[in-house]
Order: sequence, then structure tokens, then C-alpha cells
Amino acid sequence: MKLKFEVGDEDFSLAGRASSELKGVLKRLGIGPDLVRRASIAMYEGEINMVIHAGGGVAEAEIEADRVVLTLIDAGPGIPDLSLAMTEGWSTAPDRFRELGFGAGMGLPNMRRNCDEFDIESEVGKGTSVRMVIRL
Amino acid sequence: MTVRRMTEILEARIASGEDQMDLEVSAACGADLMSDVMAFVKEKVVLLTGLVNPQAIRTADLMDIRVVVLVRGKSPTEDIVAMARENGMVLLSTKYSMFLACGRLYEAGLRGGGIREIA
Repeated sequence: MKLKFEVGDEDFSLAGRASSELKGVLKRLGIGPDLVRRASIAMYEGEINMVIHAGGGVAEAEIEADRVVLTLIDAGPGIPDLSLAMTEGWSTAPDRFRELGFGAGMGLPNMRRNCDEFDIESEVGKGTSVRMVIRL
Repeated sequence: MTVRRMTEILEARIASGEDQMDLEVSAACGADLMSDVMAFVKEKVVLLTGLVNPQAIRTADLMDIRVVVLVRGKSPTEDIVAMARENGMVLLSTKYSMFLACGRLYEAGLRGGGIREIA
């Protein structure tokens, strides 16, 4: 099963719809609560990142018999220093997002922590793509 | 601790979940940044937050958190109450600050909340 979501940048209050829907689908498929939570958090942080940093993007979830593969692709500004971006607490989010509850510098670390495989590619001026695998 | 007892301790107003006053909670997390909640929370906690927007409810839902307390006298907007109701969540408002709300619950015996080692 493949789910595809367009993540927009217009309305921050809508961010998280993809993860909510993913959570619902995984629950209905009878997948255990811990795995559902991990996949939902990984997707949610990814969505929020795309809204804050890239002006939106595309999120996909492929649900297979033994794994969930999440792919997030944006055409945003890219990440100049990936190892810095993966450091807990390091954030470049504008202050207005901190007032909205984000920008703790935990997004990418949270995504990596919640999946079994994590790959990120980013090119300045081109965008960022993230692939996450959660084994069921 | 039951939600009913918590409501008394925090002198809280109930915005959603009136039918869940007997729900038992054993741990709490106070945070305004939702990624910290997602990084930190392992148990089914009560979330105390000053963040009044849909992301607070969405984060709670993704984390299977059933009880959210808005601190510092903040009232939820209608859309947030609707989201909480839709998700079957208890939503409370208290006049107390984050510090005082957490302190009152701790003093009353709610001690769980987890520890995260310094990175």
C-alpha cells in the first residue's frame, strides 16, 4: 500500500495531517502501538521540517509486509552541514516557529531515533530527501 | 492519580473529556517544544504545556497521550477543543504556571516522568 501526501507551507496548523492519516492506517492494519508511534513521529517531524525549512514538499509512505518506508522530498534550500543538523539541540528554525512549539533542534535526531534505517541527502540550492525504514 | 484528583489539585477547567474523570495517570511531562516531548516521553504521560495550537493536540495524539493540561491560564480555542474531543482526549486549563502546576502535581504524589541522560 502506498500513501502520498502533498505537504504545503501555507498553514502551519495543518502540518501533521500526513502523520495522523498514516497513524490511522497503520492502526487499522493491526500494527503494534510502538511501531505505529515510531512511524508517526518520524513522519510528523519530517512534515514539520518541510513546512519550516523548505516551503513544503512531498511525503510518501509505502507499507509492506515486513516494513514501512517513509520518503520525504523537498525542493528547499538544502542543508549545508548535515552532521551539524543531526546534532540534538542545534536549530536554524526562525523564532516564530519556536512560538508555535517547534525549533527545539530535535527534528532530524528524532527521525533517526525512531527508524531502523535512515538516509538523508541534501544539496544546497536543490533540496533535501530523507528515506526512513521501520521494520515491522 | 485520577484525572478527577488532578483537576482538583490544579483547580482546572475541563474543556474536553468530562467522561474520563476516573482515568488513572502515573507520569507527567511539562514542555512547550513538541519535539522535546517526542524525544523524551516513553510512558503514557499527562502533557502540561503552554502551547495552545493544534500541534499540541496532534503531538499528544501521536504519542498516545490521553491528558493535556494548558498552563498559565490559557483557554483552548474551539478548533483545539474539537480536535481533543475527536481524539477522545482530556483537555484541561489551569491558572497555575508551568512551575506551580508541575509542583502541585508532584507534591500530590505524581512522580513518574522519566530521565534522559545528558548527551
